[in-house]
Amino acid sequence: MLRANDRFAPRAGTRVAYLSLVSFALLIVAVLVGTMIGPAGPQWWRVPIELVNRLPLITVDSGVSDTDWNIVWQIRMPRVVLAVLVGAMLSVAGASYQGVFRNPLVDPYLLGVAAGAGLGATLVFALRRSATENWLIDPLPLAAFAGGLVAVFATYMIGNSFSKVRSGATLVLAGIAVTSLTTAIQTFVLQRNNDVVRQVYSWILGRLSSATWGDVRLILPYVVFSCIVLLMHRRLLDVLRVGDDEATALGVNIRRVRLTVVLAATLGTAAAVAVSGLIGFVGIIVPHTVRLIVGSSYRRVLPLSILCGAIFLVLADIPSRVLADPAETPIGVVTAFFGAPFFLLLLRVRKNQA
Amino acid sequence: MSTLGFCDLSIAYDGVIAVNGFNDILNSGEWLCLIGPNGAGKSSVLRAAAGLVEYSGSVAIDQQEIPTTSAKWRAQNIAYVPQTPLMPSDMTVYEYVLLGRNPYIKHFASESMHDKQVIEKVLMRLDLTEFKKRMVGTLSGGERQRIVIARALAQEAPVLLLDEPTAALDIGHQQQALELVDSLRREQGLTVVSAMHDLTLAGLYADRLVLMHQGSCVASGDAQTVLRSETLAEFYGVSARVHHEADGTVVVIPQRASSN
Repeated sequence: MLRANDRFAPRAGTRVAYLSLVSFALLIVAVLVGTMIGPAGPQWWRVPIELVNRLPLITVDSGVSDTDWNIVWQIRMPRVVLAVLVGAMLSVAGASYQGVFRNPLVDPYLLGVAAGAGLGATLVFALRRSATENWLIDPLPLAAFAGGLVAVFATYMIGNSFSKVRSGATLVLAGIAVTSLTTAIQTFVLQRNNDVVRQVYSWILGRLSSATWGDVRLILPYVVFSCIVLLMHRRLLDVLRVGDDEATALGVNIRRVRLTVVLAATLGTAAAVAVSGLIGFVGIIVPHTVRLIVGSSYRRVLPLSILCGAIFLVLADIPSRVLADPAETPIGVVTAFFGAPFFLLLLRVRKNQA
Repeated sequence: MSTLGFCDLSIAYDGVIAVNGFNDILNSGEWLCLIGPNGAGKSSVLRAAAGLVEYSGSVAIDQQEIPTTSAKWRAQNIAYVPQTPLMPSDMTVYEYVLLGRNPYIKHFASESMHDKQVIEKVLMRLDLTEFKKRMVGTLSGGERQRIVIARALAQEAPVLLLDEPTAALDIGHQQQALELVDSLRREQGLTVVSAMHDLTLAGLYADRLVLMHQGSCVASGDAQTVLRSETLAEFYGVSARVHHEADGTVVVIPQRASSN
């Protein structure tokens, strides 16, 4: 591990610029591939030609019919863009949580966002989902969003009321308590509404399949806002690495930084969960992979996590639509199935280097 | 180049009093060493000055009371080196020392050229330039102590607080670390407060010793005055001989009970 870091340290600056460019190029490629592959629709090689054709002032004959274009633009494109937003959000939130709690195992669902959102969604399903289908606005993402925020708010109130000390530990414990309580309520509701178990379960496993441009518009402002706030804290997250006491002695207002980072990361996560369900592993795997490559400084980890998280989720979404074609494999299953062994492999490589 | 004053400083943890009405004034450039048994309140005094615990009374620099609200102002004036610093093993020495500039950097800004020049100067002064790109985790105990002191110097604060600066070091590195602090304070006029357990070393380097017991100052003065076997027996419960060298050095030698 140390040798790997030593090797990278001297040219860290140029290396990061180079890696960011490479990641960005990879992201473009991933998005293109994501729009080219899928059941139904035009032949894959016609898609890029048609995309060029759609640019202003350029006309190329791609032989893509209007129906096929609709499949690309109305079904695949929002799905890919949503994967970009959700992947970027979950990874940067994961990296920020890990920094602010100085705990490498913490993920974006830590403070009860997931459980709260799950309860919100369950309630919508239990109160007869069919009745809401004709509503102007789909209440499902809103309920999940509200549930997630309420749970985190409860976690924060409980965590703070028990601790006068500046410590992240009580907050994490409060998160566990709120999660257990919320999950218990959810199980109770499910017990009484057996008929919706399947729907709720499929929501919890996460999906991008039903993504629309409306979903993209719904979460875009939250994701952009949250990413900007988190990126602005990247230097302070490095100062926090020396611990609460020393960071305070260096003039950091720990409470304020922790509160801002946690709120921003949670807001973004809640928005992502609201439209995509729970997609596990992204917030842990992506930041740690980035760390293995560029070291642990948050100045490098945060921006690269955004790019790599987006790439990871766009790529993970491809097998999720073709593996069990024509049925969908939940993306949460794909991220765990490919993510976990990949992570173990990386740890192994790192061990061999050290 | 600043005086440091403690006025009626009291600290309690959950109702248990750790420091009780501590008063002292340090001249500019003075090195004061806090001694006393475990739990006497030495670390608490340092932690209060560093803004890490709530306290009543006041801590003042150049007779100006430190506002409890501005962590940055405090960090520009007081640098604190804890007993066991938390050192992220995969940070470079340069990045680590650069953290010392935090009090001068606006919340969301990054380091200026001036900050980087200060770091280069500090690294040069402590002979750490060649370590710049090394990972903190690869350093020895003595080298780590030096980069922690480098980070404190990067704060350019006139007051330096050291909590047990020699606790983890062998006798050679203890001497090196204390010599370094001593030459730095002479060059830059730093006012130094340290908490130490080794009474002989404390007497050797500090201008003045303050013996604390149960949160209060019970003796203050130079090594000759404070380090007396009756005093040590009373407050440490130790049976020790105190030996005076010809050059004024006071040596404290513990005695085995059986030889009494």
